[in-house]
Amino acid sequence: MAGRVIVVTSGKGGVGKTTTVANIGTGLALRHKKVVMIDADIGLRNLDVVMGLENRIIYDLVDVAEKTCRSINKALIKDKRLSNLYLLPAAQTRNKDAISPEQMVAIVDELKEEFDYVLVDCPAGIERGFDNAVAAATEAIVVTTPEVSAVRDADRIIGLLQEKEIYEPVLILNRLRPDMVRKGDMMDVDDINDILAIKLLGIVPDDEEIIISTNKGEPAVLNNQSKAGEAFRNIVRRMEGEEVPFMSVNGEPGIFGRFLKLLNGK
Amino acid sequence: MKLFRDESPSKNQAVERLRLILVHDRAKVSTGLLEQLRGEIINAISKYVEIEEEAIEIELNATESKAELVANIPVVKVRRAIE
Repeated sequence: MAGRVIVVTSGKGGVGKTTTVANIGTGLALRHKKVVMIDADIGLRNLDVVMGLENRIIYDLVDVAEKTCRSINKALIKDKRLSNLYLLPAAQTRNKDAISPEQMVAIVDELKEEFDYVLVDCPAGIERGFDNAVAAATEAIVVTTPEVSAVRDADRIIGLLQEKEIYEPVLILNRLRPDMVRKGDMMDVDDINDILAIKLLGIVPDDEEIIISTNKGEPAVLNNQSKAGEAFRNIVRRMEGEEVPFMSVNGEPGIFGRFLKLLNGK
Repeated sequence: MKLFRDESPSKNQAVERLRLILVHDRAKVSTGLLEQLRGEIINAISKYVEIEEEAIEIELNATESKAELVANIPVVKVRRAIE
């Protein structure tokens, strides 16, 4: 059976697409799925760095499209930690026009025969890079943060995905800050659900661990202490069909709440 | 500090602004939405009044506080009451 092809997209840049791909890919591989992540952000490659694989690149996506390397397998980089996780890196010195949507479809068609999951990291924007990234996908994850500009762009992307016949994208709300939600200074999950009206895949709290994990090149999903890592593990379980409750809108209890929990023996 | 702030929490402003922005974005982006609406309005109204189809203006306006659909439909004559 052919694998699932999922594009991770957002419209706006800097909302956490690449981090999401790295964590979901790693999370799925932890569950013994065979996963390949494609960095479709030609010219601004980043997924290799987030994964800590930047020193291993020989060939890239454009080499595969132009058949400079003999087979796709030659360009795939095996993850340091998990033997069933692979990266197909973007070219750094070319631009988005270096490949066509048709070439992307051909590459993904070959990969999906061999992998359970093909995850495509889409560049920001709605032009050629978006067309390429979405061309071969049959499912989409839209990443947004609780900010007006990011949600607006997510709405636009949901419309564009429809035009590409991806009718049921799912949403990841990234960098939620429960303390700000409590104060009424940040939109919460319900507000954003109301506006975008697509199925929620997960809520990822803002977490310093993400920056630390990016510094090290180790996805947070591998870190059991990281709140965001836990959120990504839950997202992966949902992708695999499990029912996992969402973290409460008000988030973790404050110090006082934790104290009460202790008193109650929880 | 909250006591002295007379504004509503800033997230309410975010939600309200987004709502208005998206009314406009969606109407503009979905090609043909306004055209389709125009066609159906003409059909509905023509049952009752004769209108000057070419002169119809339909606009979606958003101000700071609300979004509104404005239709300017010149009437040529009103049909007799349908028995």
